[in-house]
Amino acid sequence: MAEKMATRQAYGQVLVELGEKYDNLVVMDADLSKSTMTADFSKNFPERFFNMGIAEQNLYGTATGLAMSGKIVCASTFAMFAAGRAFEIIRNSIGYPHANVKICATHAGITVGEDGASHQTFEDLALMRTIPGMTVINPGDGVSAKELIRQAVAFVGPVYIRLGRAAVPTIYNEKSEIQIGKGNCVRKGKDYTIIATGIMVNEALVAAEQLAKEGLDVRVIDLHTIKPIDEEIILQAARETKGIVTAEEHSVIGGLGAAVAEVVCRHAPVKMAFVGQQDTFGESGKPDELKEKYGMTAAHIVTAVRSL
Amino acid sequence: MKYPELKEMAQKIRIDVIREVHAAGSGHPGGSLSAADIITALYFREMNIDPKNPKMLTRDKFILSKGHAAPVQYAALAEKGFFPKEELLTLRKLGSKLQGHPDMKKVPGIEMSTGSLGQGFSVAVGMALANNMDNNEGRIYALLGDGELQEGLVWEAAMSAAHYALDNLTVILDWNGLQIDGRNEDVMTVSPVDEKFRSFGWNILYVDGHNFDEIVEAFNQARHTEGKPTMIIAKTIKGKGVSFMEDNPGWHGKAPSEEEAKKAVEELGGEW
Repeated sequence: MAEKMATRQAYGQVLVELGEKYDNLVVMDADLSKSTMTADFSKNFPERFFNMGIAEQNLYGTATGLAMSGKIVCASTFAMFAAGRAFEIIRNSIGYPHANVKICATHAGITVGEDGASHQTFEDLALMRTIPGMTVINPGDGVSAKELIRQAVAFVGPVYIRLGRAAVPTIYNEKSEIQIGKGNCVRKGKDYTIIATGIMVNEALVAAEQLAKEGLDVRVIDLHTIKPIDEEIILQAARETKGIVTAEEHSVIGGLGAAVAEVVCRHAPVKMAFVGQQDTFGESGKPDELKEKYGMTAAHIVTAVRSL
Repeated sequence: MKYPELKEMAQKIRIDVIREVHAAGSGHPGGSLSAADIITALYFREMNIDPKNPKMLTRDKFILSKGHAAPVQYAALAEKGFFPKEELLTLRKLGSKLQGHPDMKKVPGIEMSTGSLGQGFSVAVGMALANNMDNNEGRIYALLGDGELQEGLVWEAAMSAAHYALDNLTVILDWNGLQIDGRNEDVMTVSPVDEKFRSFGWNILYVDGHNFDEIVEAFNQARHTEGKPTMIIAKTIKGKGVSFMEDNPGWHGKAPSEEEAKKAVEELGGEW
């Protein structure tokens, strides 16, 4: 198996690289810098790091003030408290005036694990993509996380970047073409398509392997950018294959599945099935146990493809 | 600008406010009138700003955290020359740059889009942090309402401004004592504001928010205070200058009729 890395770890590493490149890059945190991995940046560039304490609303308010003053700001906390607790600040202070703040939110989804339901967010992609002008990114491995963060920092405007706690297998290499707003076809296939995002991309690849043994030729698309969505790659899949399964570590309400369905039902209706958190809260447990119990594994994707 | 001229300008701005809100048919006259003298002192005496160069790097920045008082900020900006005065009568109308709450993307001179209470203050803290980093001498000002202090974000922002010793930040509290549902102390007690902010590490100054000598002197003191942010508690009268609006929560968010607007403008020394 390929080398494993958590996307938050990739974030921590690329921040140090970007700190060298941009002298106006500022990083902020809300007392979680060792978990969000902003700590390395703070050691390298202490004068450009602000810990705002356990106060996520003010984290994003002050991030906006710095952005309005010409800084590129990466502001981090757990996804639950970024997209959830600070939603209205992000909507009104960052979204509305299109502030140059990168909301780098870690520990998203069920794989937070033992912390339990209060920390497992399944709503963030849905919330963030409703904000006009917000770019929403959910990388599936360390390599793509780094590249997408580089690109997010390079353009002016608000971005929500969803990162995970648990280590995931590496899918891409340094030569892979990865671009914000463009989905990546990571496995060719002509029978069905799995469109996955975040840690579910690897699960989708495993699922496709299993289905191949049954004689099904399944395409796998990594939709790392939820917004702006790559309509072309989705419609191509809708037209060329017999059905689409979406797979996300997020509620099946309002996230990747909904975003794909919005495109498909308008232009090329095709049968769909949705793998993700099924309108319920999580609980404490090991990440793998939770993925199993709440239906977010390769096996669940296999079942969903067969159901089409 | 000298004191008699400031007083004159403040009355002009109050008249603009009445005209704006009357033309719009909705808006917030009470809290605009209470803040008129503070805003006048900022725009016409205290702040280093240039309407011909609104993005000047070393400018002072003002953020109206109580964004519903937009009519008074628009009036000050128009009187200062940021945009033509005629536009004031487009307030809140479809297609106007003068939105119900300030929009920095539409109006030159607006530093931050506000309206959701507490957020302007938090953004001001971020701007003060940035100026500190850059050794930019520009100062940051924010005007808060007293009802606004009930927002939790205000206290997060207050804590962080003191933590980072932001002596380039001056917050003015428009303490008119009223909010939509009535007196602050009946809705949700916010006092003692001074003790709360002082214990958070702030420098506290008190002024009569309708006395230019006191307001200007407080800005001077704030500028010479080192190591901590300053809050100027400005005792004001909601609806100040219009007899039937003064200290009346009913005028928080209501437009005057033509008859009322005429009476208000005449009381303020203008012609209808």
